[in-house]
Amino acid sequence: MEPVKSPMDLNPAVKSTGAQGETVGEALRRQGISRRGFLKFCATTASLMALPPTMIPRIAEALENARRPSVIWLSFQECTGCTESLTRSHAPTIEGLIFDAISLDYHHTLQAAAGDAAEAAREEAMKENYGNYVLVVDGSIPLGNPGYSTIAGVSNEDMLKEAAAGAAAIIAVGSCSAFGGLPNADPNPTGAVSVQEIITDKPVVNVPGCPPIPVVITGVLAHFLTFGGLPELDQLGRPVAFYGQSIHDRCYRRPFYDKGLFAETFDDEGARKGWCLYKLGCKGPTTYNACAVTKWNDGTSFPIEAGHPCLGCSEPKFWDAGGFYEALSTPTTDIARTAVYAVAAGAAAGVAAGALNKANKKRALSEHQTTTLDDLSPGT
Amino acid sequence: MNRGDALPANFDIPVRVTEEFTGNVTPLLHEVRHALGALLDKGEQTIIDLRSMPLAPGEEAHIETALGQGEVRVELNALGRSDIIETQYPGVWLITHSNTDGTILGKYIEIALIPDILQAQEGDIQAGLEQLGDTLKTTSTENDNGTS
Amino acid sequence: MTATEWLLWARGPAFEIATVILVMGIIVRLIEILMLGRKENLAAPKGSATTGGLRTIVSRSVPDSGTFQRSTFTIVAGYIFHIGLFVVIFLLAPHILVFSKLTGLSWPALPTTIVDAFAVITILALIAVLINRLNNKVKRYLSGPMDYIVWALTTLPLITGYMAFHRIGFSGPMLIALHIMSVELLMIAIPFTKLSHAFTLFLARFYNGAVTGIKGVQS
Repeated sequence: MEPVKSPMDLNPAVKSTGAQGETVGEALRRQGISRRGFLKFCATTASLMALPPTMIPRIAEALENARRPSVIWLSFQECTGCTESLTRSHAPTIEGLIFDAISLDYHHTLQAAAGDAAEAAREEAMKENYGNYVLVVDGSIPLGNPGYSTIAGVSNEDMLKEAAAGAAAIIAVGSCSAFGGLPNADPNPTGAVSVQEIITDKPVVNVPGCPPIPVVITGVLAHFLTFGGLPELDQLGRPVAFYGQSIHDRCYRRPFYDKGLFAETFDDEGARKGWCLYKLGCKGPTTYNACAVTKWNDGTSFPIEAGHPCLGCSEPKFWDAGGFYEALSTPTTDIARTAVYAVAAGAAAGVAAGALNKANKKRALSEHQTTTLDDLSPGT
Repeated sequence: MNRGDALPANFDIPVRVTEEFTGNVTPLLHEVRHALGALLDKGEQTIIDLRSMPLAPGEEAHIETALGQGEVRVELNALGRSDIIETQYPGVWLITHSNTDGTILGKYIEIALIPDILQAQEGDIQAGLEQLGDTLKTTSTENDNGTS
Repeated sequence: MTATEWLLWARGPAFEIATVILVMGIIVRLIEILMLGRKENLAAPKGSATTGGLRTIVSRSVPDSGTFQRSTFTIVAGYIFHIGLFVVIFLLAPHILVFSKLTGLSWPALPTTIVDAFAVITILALIAVLINRLNNKVKRYLSGPMDYIVWALTTLPLITGYMAFHRIGFSGPMLIALHIMSVELLMIAIPFTKLSHAFTLFLARFYNGAVTGIKGVQS
């Protein structure tokens, strides 16, 4: 699927037949939301998708006519933090409304049905909307032994492959499904891999984060809902709208980094004055996410604002990227010990080489032959 | 229990905002000035999404103070509360959308004669027209019943 | 390999390899030099070897007026980039953290903007000495490929560091990975090239000074 880059590419007709063919506009009005409320919804949706406010009328038009897509949400090796992130925001937020505007046909944590009934619901939704549904995945997939994680006796790998086959779009929510996450951390006992390591014939939108920012999850859903396509993605498959800039580049503490004013500990003068957290291990310079702008807890703040360095949770291998509290410039290994060994080895080798040089010199001296006049006289 | 109750009354998170951090405030005010000029000359409308730029704690309040308050103040109830305030610069509106819990969903500066969201919407007018028609029909039927 | 993997490699195994080569290489070199020893001096000393050695470390670092007039550019540009390298390497906060992890020692940093200015001046000075080397017939004649390689290895970390700080051209992880890897190349090259003068220079000056000092001559 081509990424949507300009308003000209808009394709409001999402061909899903989910939820009785109701459009998003109809669904919202059925909930008693006025046109003004709808405009407000569109304005905040534009913010949600990191689109300029000039796009609001286009969004309104597209959303009015968009069919509610069927969404199947699969959870593999995960901690449910991603789902918590999405559902624990205060209701009714715009995220909540976006969620209402889709037809969530399978999510085994949230749905009322269980066991065979739940699996039947999934199979039915997949059959009915084959080729049109949105597949959301959180959690990594164990390849080491399928028994590490199964649902209704089906291995995660098989279930993912089956569900992906009929999906119009695949969204990997959370660092585990996007990059392997915690299960994939060294030594990766379950052989955990990300979605895109298994599904290679379809584009996968990665929405990493541990957990991802709720508005980013819904922002991607909103994009699919509004434009019927996938947003523009970066090299790691993340939507550029949210992951286009690093935490460091959008950090309000950046001026302190530029000036070289750093907090040295969590309770020193610098920490109290809100100086840069680089020395305390902030991974902001290498982390791409929208935290500094969208913030957390309904826009209250984000980790750096609360005085804690960025852990880099939306980047691959963030668990193995050196200590959370080790500065980005420092080596990840015990370099002091290595240096001590190197000094010892160097000293031994140096002494050996020196001794060899001395022996060579001595030998050269002992083998030295004095040139006599006879050697120099020609013809001898 | 309120979240705040968990903390002792004298608890003070010791982070002070000592200066303007990001330097986004002044450029933003310039942007507003240009937009206002464009509104006057070309009738061009502009919306600035305040939540789309990184602002340090206190900077949003700083912007609001700089814009001040003008003559109009409207409270809208649609999908939660929205406050639409004309700033001290006529044509510059500060719009705050909240949800039903009072949580702020978005903040915008709109440079327009009147913000779009304040105008009655066609769909709603249509619905209102039908409703009024129905009401009148019912009333006249009742009246007819009363006289006969 | 993704940018993150490059960065992890640069901060992990690559830094270990570079440190081992640098430390071992320099220690071997120094011990070899020290074990060369000196012939026993049977003459009665006319002065102190230590004082002479220390004096020469200072005196050879200050150009005499004749030399200065003959090679003003070489001396000024040379001083600028050497001081610049010192400031950039040892007085930038993120760099001090590396030394601190290696040695446990720490010292105050200069404000980043000042170090940034030093970096720019140092890069300009290094470009100037390269141009001078290419334009000066004698210098060009005396220069071999290794001289240009050594120049590039010294300049590269400055350029990648400048790019990393100002975030030009690559993603965040890649910028830092490139900078660290360019430094690792330099670290590996030091023991095997003229760059080892960073560790042998003052030893050599002390030796020269000590030889003359013991003869009661100032050098």
